[in-house]
Amino acid sequence: MITKPSELTGSEYIKEEGLTCQLDTGIDNIFDTEEGRKILSCIQCGTCVGTCPYGEHMEYPPRRIIRMLRGGMIDEIFTTDSLLKCVACYACMVKCPRGIRLSDVLLPIVKEQTLANLKQIPAELQSSLQNTLRYGNPMGESSRRRVNWIKSSPSPVPVMSEIKRPVDVLWFVECYTSYYSRGQDNSKALARLMNALGIDFAVLGNEEKCAGDCGQLTWESGLFETLTDYNMEIFRKYKFNRIITGDTHAFNAFRIRYPLYGFDYKVEHTTPFIARYLDQLKPKLKKKLDYTVTYHDACCLGRRAGFYEEGRELLKAIPGVNLVEMTHNRTNSICCGGGGGGMWLDTYFKEKGMERLSERRIKEAIATGADVLAVSCPYEIYRFEDALKTVDHDKPMIVRDVVELLAESLEETDDER
Amino acid sequence: MNIIVLMKMVPDVVEPLEIAEDGKNLDKEAIRMMASESSEHALEQALILKDSVGAEVTVAAIEAPELDDALFSASAKGAVRVIKITPEQDGLRADISASVLKEFIKQECGSPGSDTLIFTGSQAIDDLQGELGPTLAEQLGLPFIGVVTSIKPVEGEEGKVTAIKEYSGGLRGEYEVALPAVVGIQAAEQPSRYVPFAKIRAAMKSGSIESTEITPEVEGRGVEIARMYVPEVTGRAEMIEGDPETVAARLIEIFKQNGILG
Repeated sequence: MITKPSELTGSEYIKEEGLTCQLDTGIDNIFDTEEGRKILSCIQCGTCVGTCPYGEHMEYPPRRIIRMLRGGMIDEIFTTDSLLKCVACYACMVKCPRGIRLSDVLLPIVKEQTLANLKQIPAELQSSLQNTLRYGNPMGESSRRRVNWIKSSPSPVPVMSEIKRPVDVLWFVECYTSYYSRGQDNSKALARLMNALGIDFAVLGNEEKCAGDCGQLTWESGLFETLTDYNMEIFRKYKFNRIITGDTHAFNAFRIRYPLYGFDYKVEHTTPFIARYLDQLKPKLKKKLDYTVTYHDACCLGRRAGFYEEGRELLKAIPGVNLVEMTHNRTNSICCGGGGGGMWLDTYFKEKGMERLSERRIKEAIATGADVLAVSCPYEIYRFEDALKTVDHDKPMIVRDVVELLAESLEETDDER
Repeated sequence: MNIIVLMKMVPDVVEPLEIAEDGKNLDKEAIRMMASESSEHALEQALILKDSVGAEVTVAAIEAPELDDALFSASAKGAVRVIKITPEQDGLRADISASVLKEFIKQECGSPGSDTLIFTGSQAIDDLQGELGPTLAEQLGLPFIGVVTSIKPVEGEEGKVTAIKEYSGGLRGEYEVALPAVVGIQAAEQPSRYVPFAKIRAAMKSGSIESTEITPEVEGRGVEIARMYVPEVTGRAEMIEGDPETVAARLIEIFKQNGILG
């Protein structure tokens, strides 16, 4: 049962969440903030360490960081790589009995200092940050080819600069879903769904740049601010009623951080957005998909934003789909390991002898006996498809975004026949 | 030690390249420029020396689009001075670039002293033969060593460095080089360091790029570009279309035809 309103503006998010921190909140003034005072109330129970997927690999897990901060010895932590292992999964923050917003405030500040003190940033992370600054995407693809995917989209995808009129929905496509082929499958599926639902939408095309969530969460604050300034400028160029994005990380950035820069548009992730059209969509889902499906809760959509049921409701609406749950689901979902810069730290983690979280998670998916692992975040397609290559499994399994499964079940229109 | 890194701006090949109307150059309006990869390594090697033995690092480059970004980044990484050499010029050949840089070095140091190292990148995508470094050295009357991957001062001997030069086939040579000298850096001892963008922004705000004007002596020597063009399509490629089974079957057929499969 879906009860949560899924579409809020930037200022409404601030109201709902409380202002997580000010733009100038840093380690030196953290105790002057409401959040800082909460940190003082930590009871050192260790729930954060226990729930952290990489807690056992950190010399300083969150509980010890708070202890060191209160003891005036926080600088010692900056010389270790503990926080590089934080994948920003929000588990510690959601489970904290004192309601300390570790992942929103303290941990990113520590991570920024950790990166500033590292002699050598892991190579993949470094190139992803440099690429994002130069090309507006972490993979280092040409900024002028960002919109090329629409040429091979069977459904029309209007571009704001070409149609020159206001639209209802501005679709912020994001990087993986623009450049990588499996991500483009996801984008084409969403374009098909929106066309079928008669939604008036358009994309920014080559004017779009990465929203910067992982830049923010790996705390490259200068990079994040550059991207924020740029995207805000582009948003101001056009008229639209709402922004949607299929990337949970962009959604995260727009909800949590952009409002501090004056962002006040209605913003929604595509999974809850499409779920609002369920009554209209259901009669169009004609093709029976005889799949047993298990659904992975993305951290930024589930734990951080509370959208657990929308993806499941959409899957249940597809004829023939049998939805099964993994052991860890909803609040307890295990992160795919891609957040907080983890997307570009697989080699580093492997060198440290750490298990890839996507492999830990895929084992649970395999154990359900499902044919399909359904996801709502573009990072997860790659992470889980890669994990399936290395983790033994007898029964074939495929990874699909929820919108891809919906599009697969959608009846063909006259144009498509 | 005094290290002058001569940075070279090259077309960014990630972005689409377009040829200008004259058919001899790239269309400057359509391309983006960036510091050449081996220039970045030259800067990194200079910064490694700065960190290990103490050196004053100056970075200079001939004006080009997006040069300011590269210079601010060099400044944020630790270059004490960053200098652009104006005016911007199209399609400079290596020998003409070298004559501009020779004038710059003369302007900067007069006659370079025995504590001075001049770094260039060993090669660049528009200087694959690596002409710039040796031509500059020749014009300055200084020794040159290229394809260098490591450089350290010789202990107890002022004005000398040990350079490791790479050869093909995995061979390496260790050389003792008397300073002043021009060194073409192939790769630094470690990958280029990351500088947080906040630091680059701070460098931008301080506006610390110096500027100097040098007009090149253009002479009619060297090679000229007669025509620049994209590789011509020969039509021998076969696009295989269809479902995976059809594509796989056709591939196997091709492999068999060409003796790859029995």
